[in-house]
Amino acid sequence: MRSDPSDYQLVAPGSLHDAVSLLAAEPGAWLPIAGGTDVMVQYAAGKLTARKLLSIWNLPELRKIDILPDEIRIGAGCTYTDLREHEFVRRDLPLLASAARWTGGIANQNRGTIGGNIVNASPAADSLPALLVYDAELVLISARGERRLPYFGFHTGYKKTQLLPDELIRSVCLPRRFSTYVSYARKVGARNAQAISKVCIAALGLLSSGAADTPRIEDVRIALGSVAPIPFRLIETEKTIQGKMIDRGLLTLAKQIAGREIRPIDDIRSTARYRAAVAGNLIVEFLARLRATGEQAVEPGAIV
Amino acid sequence: MTQSPGKKNDGKCELSLEVNGERKMVRVYPMERLLDVLRHEFNLTGTKEGCGEGECGSCSVLMDGALVNSCLVPVLQAEGAAILTIEGLAAHEPSCRMQQTFLECGGAQCGICTPGMIVAAVHLLDKHAQPTLEDIREGLSGNLCRCTGYMQIFEAVMEAARRGPSAKHIP
Repeated sequence: MRSDPSDYQLVAPGSLHDAVSLLAAEPGAWLPIAGGTDVMVQYAAGKLTARKLLSIWNLPELRKIDILPDEIRIGAGCTYTDLREHEFVRRDLPLLASAARWTGGIANQNRGTIGGNIVNASPAADSLPALLVYDAELVLISARGERRLPYFGFHTGYKKTQLLPDELIRSVCLPRRFSTYVSYARKVGARNAQAISKVCIAALGLLSSGAADTPRIEDVRIALGSVAPIPFRLIETEKTIQGKMIDRGLLTLAKQIAGREIRPIDDIRSTARYRAAVAGNLIVEFLARLRATGEQAVEPGAIV
Repeated sequence: MTQSPGKKNDGKCELSLEVNGERKMVRVYPMERLLDVLRHEFNLTGTKEGCGEGECGSCSVLMDGALVNSCLVPVLQAEGAAILTIEGLAAHEPSCRMQQTFLECGGAQCGICTPGMIVAAVHLLDKHAQPTLEDIREGLSGNLCRCTGYMQIFEAVMEAARRGPSAKHIP
């Protein structure tokens, strides 16, 4: 049932300051809308419960990318296209650049934002596993000031986050130190494009230097989408395989632990059984490819 | 704040939009979809509604040069932006060439996806003057066609690129 535009208010303050002032004046009354690629779908389906919307689209304070020596600060209003096309994001954060390429089609990428992806908090969101393995931190802003917190733990339950009613995400801060890691990302969906994932994975690995025929994991980080109520970092699986040699036994073990750690469900897109099987296969593929890189230097921005 | 209630205080606001190079004033609800404003206020019916949820690309327009699905744009967010619809693009290159190649290659059957396909293809050629088939597949990945099976559309875009000013002339 189509929504009636006359039932809604939409305002567009020209600045971040005015936006947070309005949220402070009436916390919880205004729903922020950036590129609208999720909110407008709910609106079209007659499922948008909010009646007052606050446009934060294209606010210059939110749509910039700052490069610092140790971290990249991405404004929450940056679109997927902004991420895809940015030289430093492509080089130092290839998991985020590839997720941006896989989100919808070009038209969606030109409007959807990283902040919107986080706050919309779908467990299937393409960019969020990358933020988890990169140990992202969020800067939240309100009229009361700013606070910075780890992205890990930001999602407290299905579509619930730590964002307070008077807050916006200002920026996503990502360390640059993982640019030397081997990056692996895959999205499994019904189509090559324009598909919400059945399972998606973002993973980073570092092999310890030593004999090339016994590659040992020095550091490994694995996160999956669509296997839990929230974007999911596989802490147990990581702990289990950390420091170990990558042999056939380890691949089997990793698959086993991951299968116990994730919590996939049956839904309109897939089944728990399929998701568990695919998740296991993706982790095995990642570890096999990680092993195959041996001690080759990582090509900047490459995904194995 | 740019919302001005207007005399009747009915929630509508006066917006200045630039559409196909012309500045136009409209009095609309801020949450009306850009798609509907284009079709109903300006009679620019070349932009179509296929799905209403940003998945089919029938409603594709260019907003400040960026391909967007107009069904997902509240008209208030289009204020201050330069909007180009299929009507605005059709008389210019590369759309002229592309309409010709669509005819030659059989890229249009029922035609409902065609305006969106051409807008997306123009956007693609702007970024990749000589796209590969992979580039075309990706550039048009947000545009669905129920008739052709896509191959004739991709050929039409490839051929339009080949005939373009940056094309290398193969003897």
